[in-house]
Amino acid sequence: MRYLDEFRDSELTKILVDRIHRETTRPWVIMEICGGQTHSIMQNGIDQLLPPQIELVHGPGCPVCVTSLELVDKAIAIASLPNVIFCSFGDMLRVPGSGKDLFSVRASGGQVKIVYSPLDAVKIAKANPDKQVVFFAIGFETTGPANAMSVLQAKALGLNNFSVLVSQVTVPPAMHAILGDPANRVQGFLAAGHVCAVMGYWEYPPIAEKYQIPIVVTGFEPIDLLKGILMTIEQLEKGTHIVENAYARVVSFEGNKPAQAILQKVFEPCDRNWRGIGLIPTSGWKLRPEFSQFDAEQKFSVGDIHTQESPICIAGQILQGRKKPLQCPAFATQCTPEYPLGATMVSSEGACAAYYRYAREVQPRE
Amino acid sequence: MCLAVPGILTEITPTPGALMGKVDFGGVVREVCLEAVPDVKIGNYVIVHAGFALNILSEEEAQETLSALRELGDIESELASGVDPMKV
Ligand code: SF4
Repeated sequence: MRYLDEFRDSELTKILVDRIHRETTRPWVIMEICGGQTHSIMQNGIDQLLPPQIELVHGPGCPVCVTSLELVDKAIAIASLPNVIFCSFGDMLRVPGSGKDLFSVRASGGQVKIVYSPLDAVKIAKANPDKQVVFFAIGFETTGPANAMSVLQAKALGLNNFSVLVSQVTVPPAMHAILGDPANRVQGFLAAGHVCAVMGYWEYPPIAEKYQIPIVVTGFEPIDLLKGILMTIEQLEKGTHIVENAYARVVSFEGNKPAQAILQKVFEPCDRNWRGIGLIPTSGWKLRPEFSQFDAEQKFSVGDIHTQESPICIAGQILQGRKKPLQCPAFATQCTPEYPLGATMVSSEGACAAYYRYAREVQPRE
Repeated sequence: MCLAVPGILTEITPTPGALMGKVDFGGVVREVCLEAVPDVKIGNYVIVHAGFALNILSEEEAQETLSALRELGDIESELASGVDPMKV
């Protein structure tokens, strides 16, 4: 496939690796924000190609991981109601709630369906007029337009049996939270390429300026990642802190305007609770009041939710780049993808799952 | 989950409620919403996530990145052989 294979070419990869080794003179800590990048780094062994002074820490950019426990519990409660078809991206099914997960709801007879696109959930609603169809609209800015589109489409089709349980989160407030923390170690950021495909990167120069930190918009293939890492190291070595774009074939400064217009139309900013991290002000989106008829939280009263998190899981610290999965005592013992204690062991973007799947035995560097 | 992959647009199908199309991902064809890429043409590469095209992929930028990298490769091999390419 063109534009995938070319950006995986091993000879071109080597050029970038050589250059990175030549440029690096001191230790640097770089965070890739997006969990998709974490997986690509592990899968392609990018971390092992870098000089030992370069430490990559994994960011909170995994929507499955940061969806609040309260919303997961609500999802489980709604999915358990009779007459409901609950639709979700596959990754959410194994995410542990306080008591059970969506998978166990399905196993005990609940109608829980995995969809590839939110628009597929709209189709299911259209085909099942006698059922209530609920879509678990989780995601960052990347997934926002698709989620918003499902609401617009349901409205255009006049469906009154479709609603969304919204858990939309946004990246820039999380960057502020990480950088504003006194315990922060991150010195450079790889910004999430597909978040920027939608939003552009006009939101980042004030962050780079305020915290004096280089930010490089980075893609997902080995060459994209190495290019982003190289550009970050070059800035760190020179002592500059600007925003650069290492993913220009997909990302422009202003982003995709029609996608932003769709987001604007359907969502408005709100505070969000991030699982393991806590409340981050204005770090999410909720439905605008004119779309409240599509709001599953308003449509279904699921009573009091009493959340209870695993006392062992340190996913919150991992999501903020303070700890690595191998520092968790439960990693690969009590906690595995089959019996996960935290969402970061479930999601295809979670750091714990990446370490488990790609069998990292390298000890975390201090 | 924020993974999005490039595919080639093979068909545009205006549908009630949304502009839709078919995208070929190296043999696997999927229905994709094109609302955010209204100027897209058949044969363009689009980056698709959760059944929604996020952007048209710029082939020009892709080629530029690759050729800049090959140039960097030439410089690197000169440096490795001890010859400073800036001085020859
Ligand atoms: S290994 Fe499991 S218990 Fe430990 S932090 Fe990761 S998800 Fe939580």
